[in-house]
Amino acid sequence: MTAEVAVRVEDKLFYNRYLVDSGRPHIKVRPHTTPTPALRTLLKACPGRCYELNDSGQVEVTVDGCLECGTCRVIGEPTGDIEWSYPRGGYGVLFKFG
Amino acid sequence: MIEEKFDAIVVGAGMAGNAAALTLAKRGLKVLQLERGEYAGSKNVQGAILYADMLEKLVPDFREDAPLERHLVEQRFWMMDDRAHVGLHYRSDDFNEEKPNRYTIIRAQFDKWFSSKVREAGATVLCETTVTELATDAYGKVIGVRTDRYDGEVHADVVVLAEGVNGLLGTRAGLREIPKANNVALAVKEMHFLPRETIESRFNLKGDEGVVIEAAGTISRGMTGLGFIYANKECISLGIGCLVSDFEKTGETPYGLLERFKQHPSVAPMIDGSEVKEYAAHLIPEGGYKAIPQLYGDGWVVVGDAAQLNNAIHREGSNLAMTSGRIAAEAIFQVKSRREPMTKGNLALYKKMLDDSFVIKDLKKYKDMPALLHNQSQSYFLTYPQLVSKAMASFVRVDGTPKIEKEKTTLRSFVSARSWTGLFGDAFRLARAWR
Repeated sequence: MTAEVAVRVEDKLFYNRYLVDSGRPHIKVRPHTTPTPALRTLLKACPGRCYELNDSGQVEVTVDGCLECGTCRVIGEPTGDIEWSYPRGGYGVLFKFG
Repeated sequence: MIEEKFDAIVVGAGMAGNAAALTLAKRGLKVLQLERGEYAGSKNVQGAILYADMLEKLVPDFREDAPLERHLVEQRFWMMDDRAHVGLHYRSDDFNEEKPNRYTIIRAQFDKWFSSKVREAGATVLCETTVTELATDAYGKVIGVRTDRYDGEVHADVVVLAEGVNGLLGTRAGLREIPKANNVALAVKEMHFLPRETIESRFNLKGDEGVVIEAAGTISRGMTGLGFIYANKECISLGIGCLVSDFEKTGETPYGLLERFKQHPSVAPMIDGSEVKEYAAHLIPEGGYKAIPQLYGDGWVVVGDAAQLNNAIHREGSNLAMTSGRIAAEAIFQVKSRREPMTKGNLALYKKMLDDSFVIKDLKKYKDMPALLHNQSQSYFLTYPQLVSKAMASFVRVDGTPKIEKEKTTLRSFVSARSWTGLFGDAFRLARAWR
């Protein structure tokens, strides 16, 4: 029980329905050279694992699997690390059960 | 977008927004409701339990056609350590009554139904429309909203902000702050599908009887949090939520917690062989009374999760949302029928009516609980569950040890973990916050 459990989040996101608004991401990460503590937190706290480190060590966001929970906004908007909007009307995650 | 002016614009088609729009429309007001999802409910996530009383005040005969899952006859509370749980069960056949008090629901389906009632009452409901900004006049009075539709500004006497816990409009307009990380919990949830008979035999149910399980303990790894398992007709809602500030501190992942919860020996047999059909996440307002923002101003009111109206101790949220939406609408109607403007002074009536309701009374009662549970999370969510579980294991295992020695060992384990002062302090603080 105490051991870390391997979880493939992308498999979980595959259960969901999305209408992706290509080329219009609703979350943006402020350009940076090294990630701030808030950005590092997002790598783990995002339930859709939308935040990942790129090859140069910066935090990137891919909003295709975003669950629109707002956790990253609570953590990263006050520090100025991210910009958060809702997707355009009709786009984004579509919960069948919710 | 729409030239005509409305009496009221309601932003959001969740519990609070639908309650407000329905109440306003039934009173004959001209209502526009805007929802960013494809349909009402497509962005909404909840456990979910529905409390009949608060819905009956809005749709008295809702049992005739609302999509309800199971009426609850049993409530379980589990205090868990890594291998075991100590449980409290309350089950009563009295809950098999003609008009049951609580039901499990599936929010996306329920909200669609609720929205159909809003439309029947005469409100204009526009989905797939994201409200981007509040429109104000030169004096700062809210006079409408801007949307992402072409030429998308639309005006009304009053705007009801039912935009949910992560409401952007109110914070963008400076009416309230972004929720703080220690005032919101992040919950993740999966829907596990199983044949109806399997669910009924695993949970000891027949017909439409239902059961809910709330679980606290080492599953949250010392964070302030709760797991839940709700039986629906043909699926089980299973999830876990913890304070965002605790996720920040510990570096735990939400999906990691969910997986461990699912693998717990008390939980795994319940969902064995199930097919998962959805993975959802949502924030839950947990700040209680002290986190409630300004509730009204010139041309606007805020209701439901957006106003942090959630009773985390009793896990009541949607009923507070519905009630605040209804009360806000009734206050607006009163101001309107006196032919007075929707000023801050006149809309203060909403706050006054809400103060007199169970919503604010309940939240006030527990005003010190959130801080206590947040500050003592290691004790209440890790140490005590472990101690209690060990005590129970010792109590039930028969191995020739004299009972008096077992009791002494148990007592010693409590004292060495928390000390006498700590134990009395924890009990005292809990009792005081409860009152």
